[in-house]
Amino acid sequence: MDFRTLFEPRTMAVIGVSQNNERHAANVIYNKNLYRYPVKVYAVNPKGGEYYREKIYKSLKEIPERVDLAVIAVRAEYVPSVLEECIECWVGGAAIISGGFAETGRTDLMDKLTALASKADFPVIGPNCLGIYSPAFVDSFFLPSERMVRPVSGNIAIVSQSGGILVDQMVKFAGQGIGLSRAIGLGNKAVVNEIDMLKFFARDDMTEVIAFYIEGFGPGQGREFVTAASRCPKPVIVMKAGKSEAGSRAVSSHTASIAGDYKIFSSVMKQFGVVEAMDEYELVSFCESLSCYPTSVKGRIGIVTASGGHGAVAVDKCVESGLEVPALTAETQQIIRNKLSPKIKSLASVSNPIDLTGSSHDDDFVTSTSELSKLDNIDCILVLLLPYLPEVTSDVGARLAQIYQESGKPIVAYVPHVEKYMMIIEGFQLNNVPVADSIDGAILMVEAMKRCNPC
Amino acid sequence: MLNREIISIFDMSAAAGWVLEPDAKKIFKLAGFDVSEFAMARTAPEATLFAGAIGYPVAAKVVSPDIIHKSDVSGVALGLKGPEDLEKAYKRFSAMPGFIGVVVEKMLSGVELIIGAKNDSQFGPVVLLGMGGVGVDIYRDTAIRMAPLKREDVELMVSSLAARKVIEGHRGSEPVDMERLISTLINFSQFVMELESRVDSIDLNPVMCSGPNCWIADARIILKASASS
Repeated sequence: MDFRTLFEPRTMAVIGVSQNNERHAANVIYNKNLYRYPVKVYAVNPKGGEYYREKIYKSLKEIPERVDLAVIAVRAEYVPSVLEECIECWVGGAAIISGGFAETGRTDLMDKLTALASKADFPVIGPNCLGIYSPAFVDSFFLPSERMVRPVSGNIAIVSQSGGILVDQMVKFAGQGIGLSRAIGLGNKAVVNEIDMLKFFARDDMTEVIAFYIEGFGPGQGREFVTAASRCPKPVIVMKAGKSEAGSRAVSSHTASIAGDYKIFSSVMKQFGVVEAMDEYELVSFCESLSCYPTSVKGRIGIVTASGGHGAVAVDKCVESGLEVPALTAETQQIIRNKLSPKIKSLASVSNPIDLTGSSHDDDFVTSTSELSKLDNIDCILVLLLPYLPEVTSDVGARLAQIYQESGKPIVAYVPHVEKYMMIIEGFQLNNVPVADSIDGAILMVEAMKRCNPC
Repeated sequence: MLNREIISIFDMSAAAGWVLEPDAKKIFKLAGFDVSEFAMARTAPEATLFAGAIGYPVAAKVVSPDIIHKSDVSGVALGLKGPEDLEKAYKRFSAMPGFIGVVVEKMLSGVELIIGAKNDSQFGPVVLLGMGGVGVDIYRDTAIRMAPLKREDVELMVSSLAARKVIEGHRGSEPVDMERLISTLINFSQFVMELESRVDSIDLNPVMCSGPNCWIADARIILKASASS
């Protein structure tokens, strides 16, 4: 199956566009693609007619060119015949937005879709899904343009069974300034599932990190998923819903009762180097970090800050997360101290964490970070920035990011995310250094790199 | 590892839905695993005869298709010092529901581990390793990996346990032979792959590790619902 056509269609048909219902899913999808995307979009409805001076085609067969993507938003019982038509007309693939299948007990209708698509090797997303969001190409979400929050374009793909979670996650990405390459809501997964998407994104040039929201796998599909993940050269992150266990079985072994579904899921993900996020906050942090650094670290952290309190909180959190904060040799300490500005030379603490004090200057942050980046026993540097200090300027983010560009040693920054510090934050982010909005978040970012084994 | 004799034991056990301890141990013995020396006695004299041959102290365990968890019904008697103890245990067990006999075996010492397997619907066969004994479902100090296992998988399983120090030898106590544990788990994981269509879950609990050995001292195999119908 060729999924690239679906994410980068040149032509698209929206089936089910209404002549008079402006809020119909098909109309919303038709409008947004017509006005906002380069894709050539055709409206289809068997009744024909016109929609805002544009022709409504009575069937796919009437469309004068080959259609790359069909978005189907008609009543469930009509979907199989529309799908047949898609296959007949050599459409590239379909996203079925319509609900009313397995989720309402109509497994028969869903089986019909599966059978039709499998026979023709025809890619179908859904049914009962949001479908595809591919920035600068296409958007099949039935959410009006003005209501959507769009993250900047970037290199993270999100795959979600649930449309609601997917949209929520996009809002969070936008809030953190994290970039998205593709988003897809899989819905009922009649044909295309997580494994197909994992294999596609593993080869997709636009994508460097693949994140999943998973409710559950079909029989045997968990094994297939981790096998594919272990062959994927890009970091794979999962967040699982449904962690609580169903009631215990009557006759059981100890192993069966201890090895509950979620415990197995979590253990197997770890075994194959898939990074499991426990909640949405972790998911966002892991995505941001791994999109900057698709690398694995041992987890030996050097910390630079201007506050003893920040250092102490960070060390506690590191230890709790199984990260090390190695001591610096007397020689290294001396080198760092010699390079600090005269004002803080005798005040600063140059062990790890390095506490530059409230009188520190941009140069002191740069010097200390640069020295830490040279050490073999430090594989990641945490900069806890206090942007409100008098001698810290808006240049500091970009300057520190440069140290990463030079040394290749990952840096993770913490800066409070408020409007007035945005220039510092962007100085980091636009130069590929992730910025957390809390100390905990920064440590999670480091943890992601440690847990992502094969990348 | 799967052979005709093993398959016939599975077929014989299908009606009950699980494999009785002596049969389960026989399966593992036939598959090439180290199983502690045991005998299935159907009379008290048979039991004492075997105990006399292997030497006291011995352990005795009830065998009944109605009793899956023997400890829960006091169906296990450990450290029996002589024929009187064994006869007493035999008599007590024989009043239990579905009684068909008693397993008599040598008392073993060492680190008690549980090695288990489960046929998961999403991931297929997975293997579990943890500290064994009756406390297993209280402490739940276990590691799980998808089968088949590689050497590194086993090493990571051991190092992820809170009880890894016990396995590595805690305060002068004898460590578990890592090479033996690794090969046992790798072989076990391959065996459970072969059993995927038949088995729902397996407990080897305890596996007694001491010196260069890891002896399977108890085994329970729960069959797949479809296989038993």
